[in-house]
Amino acid sequence: MNFTRRNTLWMAMGTAIATVLPFKAFADVDADIAAFTGGAEIGSEGITLVAPEIAENGNTVPVEVNAPGAEAIMILAAGNPTPAVGTFNFGPLAGSQFASTRIRLAGTQDVVAIARMPDGSFVQASQEVKVTIGGCGG
Amino acid sequence: MADNVTPRVRVPRDATAGETITIKTLISHPMESGQRKDGDGNTIPRSIINRFTCEFNGEMVIDVTLEPAISTNPFVEFEAVVPESGSFVFTWYDDDGDVYTETKEIAVS
Repeated sequence: MNFTRRNTLWMAMGTAIATVLPFKAFADVDADIAAFTGGAEIGSEGITLVAPEIAENGNTVPVEVNAPGAEAIMILAAGNPTPAVGTFNFGPLAGSQFASTRIRLAGTQDVVAIARMPDGSFVQASQEVKVTIGGCGG
Repeated sequence: MADNVTPRVRVPRDATAGETITIKTLISHPMESGQRKDGDGNTIPRSIINRFTCEFNGEMVIDVTLEPAISTNPFVEFEAVVPESGSFVFTWYDDDGDVYTETKEIAVS
C-alpha cells in the first residue's frame, strides 16, 4: 500500500479529531460524577432541571435546578473543557432545594444535574442546550 | 484583587415567622475562566469566585461551590426560611484570597 503525503495528512487529522475530542470530555464527566456519587446508582425521579432549548449566547445561560429534599445538587456541562459547573449544598434553613444561576457553555451540549438525597441515593436530570455562540472565548 | 467587585443582594425587608422567602444575589466579578488567551497567545490566569455562602443568624442556608463555568458576574437565586428576626450574611470567596461580605437585616412580625 502506498502512502502519499496527502493520504497521510488526512489520516493523521482524522485520528487526532476522533481520539482527542470526545474521549477526553466524556472521561472527565464520568470522573466528576463518580467523585460526587462514589459510584452509586443514579435514579431519575424527583429532580427537575430547567434550561433553555436554544441559548443564543453561551456566555450566560440561565439554569434552574429543583430537587425537593436533596442535600446537594451538582451541575455539569458535559461538553465544556472542564465539565464541573458548580455544587449547591443546602443547609438547615434552606427554604427549598431550589437554585438558579447563570452558566457558560462552550457549545451545543447536554447539561446534567445530579442531586444527593439524605438517604444516600442519587437522582439525575439532563437537558440538551443548543448554543449559537460559544462561551469559552477560544 | 479583581477590580470593582460589588456585591448586590435582594432580600425582603420583612416576613412572617417561618415564611419561605426568595433571595437573589449578584456580585460583579470578571470570573476569568483560565481558558482564554490574550492577544499574544498567552493563557490568562484563572481568577474566579470559588465559593459563595449564605447564613442566617449563624445557621447555614446555602453553600455553593463555583467553577469556571459560572458566568461573569455570578448570579445565584435561592430560597430561605426565616424563623425569627435577624440578619443574613452573604460571603463570597475569591481565588486570590479576598473575601467579600454583605449583611441584610430582616424583621419578622
